[in-house]
Amino acid sequence: MEIPYTTEPRPDTGLYNAKLGIWLFLASEVMLFGALFSTYILLRVGAVEGHWPHGWLNVPIGTFNTLVLISSSITTVLAWAACKMKRYDRFKFWHACTILAAITFVCVKSYEYHDKFTHYEINLNDGRIADGHLVRQSADEVVIHGHFVKDRKELFDLKAPGLEKAEHKELEFKRSEIKKMENYGPWHHTYLAIYFTLTGLHALHVIGGALVIGFLWGPGGKLWKSDPERFTNRIEVSGLFWHFVDLVWIFLFPVLYLL
Amino acid sequence: MQTAHPTTTHPGGHDHAAPHAHESHSGGFWSTYVFSTDHKMIGMQYGLTALSFLLFGFMLMVLMRWQIAHPGQPVPVIGPFLANLLGPGAARGSISNDLYNSFGAMHGTIMVFLAIVPLAFGAFGNYLVPLQIGAPDMAFPRVNMASYQFFLLGGVVMFVSFFLPGGAAQAGWTSYPPLSVTIPTDGQSYWLIGMVLLISSSLLGAVNFIATVIQLRAPGMTWMRLPFFVWAQFVTAFLLLLAFPPLEAAGIMQLMDKVVHTSFFLPTGLAVEGQMAAVSGGGSPLLWQHLFWFLAHPEVYVLILPAMGIVAEIIANNTRKPVWGYKSLVGATLSIGVLSFIVWAHHMYMTGMGSKISTFFQTTTMLISIPSVIILTCLLISLWGGSIRFNTPMLFVMAFLPMFGIGGLTGLPLGLNYADLHLHDTYYVIAHFHYVVAPGTIFAMFAGLYYWYPKYTGRFMSEFWGKVHFWGSFIFMNCIFLPMFAQGMAGMLRRMADGGANYSQARVPDAVGGLSPQMLNLHTYILWAAFCLGAVQIPFLINFFWSIKHGRPAGSDNPWSATTLEWQTPTPPPHGNFATAPHVYRGPYEYSVPGHATDCTPQNQPD
Repeated sequence: MEIPYTTEPRPDTGLYNAKLGIWLFLASEVMLFGALFSTYILLRVGAVEGHWPHGWLNVPIGTFNTLVLISSSITTVLAWAACKMKRYDRFKFWHACTILAAITFVCVKSYEYHDKFTHYEINLNDGRIADGHLVRQSADEVVIHGHFVKDRKELFDLKAPGLEKAEHKELEFKRSEIKKMENYGPWHHTYLAIYFTLTGLHALHVIGGALVIGFLWGPGGKLWKSDPERFTNRIEVSGLFWHFVDLVWIFLFPVLYLL
Repeated sequence: MQTAHPTTTHPGGHDHAAPHAHESHSGGFWSTYVFSTDHKMIGMQYGLTALSFLLFGFMLMVLMRWQIAHPGQPVPVIGPFLANLLGPGAARGSISNDLYNSFGAMHGTIMVFLAIVPLAFGAFGNYLVPLQIGAPDMAFPRVNMASYQFFLLGGVVMFVSFFLPGGAAQAGWTSYPPLSVTIPTDGQSYWLIGMVLLISSSLLGAVNFIATVIQLRAPGMTWMRLPFFVWAQFVTAFLLLLAFPPLEAAGIMQLMDKVVHTSFFLPTGLAVEGQMAAVSGGGSPLLWQHLFWFLAHPEVYVLILPAMGIVAEIIANNTRKPVWGYKSLVGATLSIGVLSFIVWAHHMYMTGMGSKISTFFQTTTMLISIPSVIILTCLLISLWGGSIRFNTPMLFVMAFLPMFGIGGLTGLPLGLNYADLHLHDTYYVIAHFHYVVAPGTIFAMFAGLYYWYPKYTGRFMSEFWGKVHFWGSFIFMNCIFLPMFAQGMAGMLRRMADGGANYSQARVPDAVGGLSPQMLNLHTYILWAAFCLGAVQIPFLINFFWSIKHGRPAGSDNPWSATTLEWQTPTPPPHGNFATAPHVYRGPYEYSVPGHATDCTPQNQPD
């Protein structure tokens, strides 16, 4: 006996096996990201008044990445539709766009990560706090491009009304002046912890999805010649996953960038 | 392919039972036994791995019982060996407090995630679900293989953590932060990585089970003709699918706390060993508990539902009558599935989450006991008026019913907010959930092993040694766990490396509520019972392996005269399972139908 319904849908459910499988998998993914979003909510409502950051992320960059992912969802649908219409050449084109969009997204995301990892908060021995991006550092001195703040609270709400944009300039410190120096990695604040965890996990999903789509676009395309219907199903299933990954970002963007 | 009456339908009518284990496999050793995609081989892999972990987890427990009964004294016989193997934690062959803690944490983890769940779900589910629904295999055979390999890798990671410099995880199987994050051992990181692998394995398995049951049911196998075992596995798969991911998220976050030094679960102002911890703070320890128990309570039903499925099959077969209240069983199982997602915080009454929330969870907890009682009642009533065959599987099943009853009923005081204040974290809790899982689920697993053994091998296990195994296990299980109710009610806390000696009347005569010598003396008695329980597993182990080649031949494909489809295949079932595609004409338990020539009518026998 062979396993039935690998390609053709089962009459009473209207689904082929893999389509049901991916929907179930996505249900578990909803629970996975749901737990992380719940964590975000709990950490945020549990934060001390005035200590939850606003405006730490660059909204135009985030918007750009959102548009990139939404476009990739469209090209994914078009690629699947091309398969349905037996136009392999168009499929090749549209999924090439999807893969390019995925690569763009990951590059932009790495740029944003890099920006956070080179961003330092420096507590000086005299009680002052300096904050800015690292220009260069050596064994006995550190140079950042940034500004001084009197109260650490000023660093949290960058969107507060009336907060004048402080002038940024190059600041030089001797190592001996510095009490503590920490970059804006996940260890710096629970907001950054959940930001890096959520977007990191999401980025892994983007990369995983792009690898699968890339495989189907390249070597996996051989299946088109022998069993086009099955190949189209694979495009559909990987597309469903891709839409989910996009949808997660649609929630991530407002939650992390805008709120 | 609607050959209505395959030659294998008649119970006992087809002699295909001579054990010829290799006919079903083509291909080399690696593709047959290691990288197999056949659900039966994967089921066997799960089963053997899980049984090994079951034995390992049991041995950890015996060592802990020694330490509890004789705190600080070197372990007899194997003490020097332990000292060599585990280094300073077992110096002079005695178990240090840290080592005791890691044994405790790992006993729980191994028994739940590496022994019972893989045995109940991975082994029995994999082997039987496709057979019982008349499918050639799981829906996704390669995903199935990956599921086992993730599981094995997770098990290896857990096992290796014992030999790290700081030892294995020590913060209990619940791994509550900040304690778990601040204990200076990498064992906790290994525990978390192991858990992430095990959860991934369960997810792959769960997707596969659900897709298989929905998509691959044979023609005529309608939902209400599914054997109850399949229903139980189906609901179990949903629990795993939806309850496990939050723990995966929590595991990832605790791993971040441990390795990257984030503060998901570390509050502001946390001090470790008198020093302010160098963390950003702002995290919530309670969050971990919520995410953990959101999995770990449904997990309880993951442990028990497959066992109930096995029990229903064996009861129907050995009473020679249909299970009573099939629809109620199915309905109750589905209700348990839904309700199990909203009871988790009854594990957290002592955290100060507030009396309103406690009351909510107390209410849902009382509610979920209703479907549990419905299931147990249906199974009990099924015995009524039956002409019961008291073979080994049936004995284990008969013991399951009262043992699970004790386990379930003693859970009610724990589900009630006020009673729990006294009983929380005592040996009463230990006794309660071990009654559910040990003489409950494990007995059902043993029953299943004895019952389906002729299907895997074509031979029976020895009835005599099976009965020795049963009576020994039954008596000593109760000797171990019954006294713990008394100890717990007397106020003995769990997780104490000295078994409560520190809180004894002997040490502090004036203290109110100090533990009496009688309560402490029970430890010695439990230790001996545990030792004897281990001893009576020896006949089982020998029986299990010896019978593969030397057991009494089953004599037919359907030696128990059963109705469900797994008995209507060749023995052992070949790759693809069925000689001809089965067609299902009737419900799963048509035993002793009035007017029929035989007392069982297989599901694929046409009218």
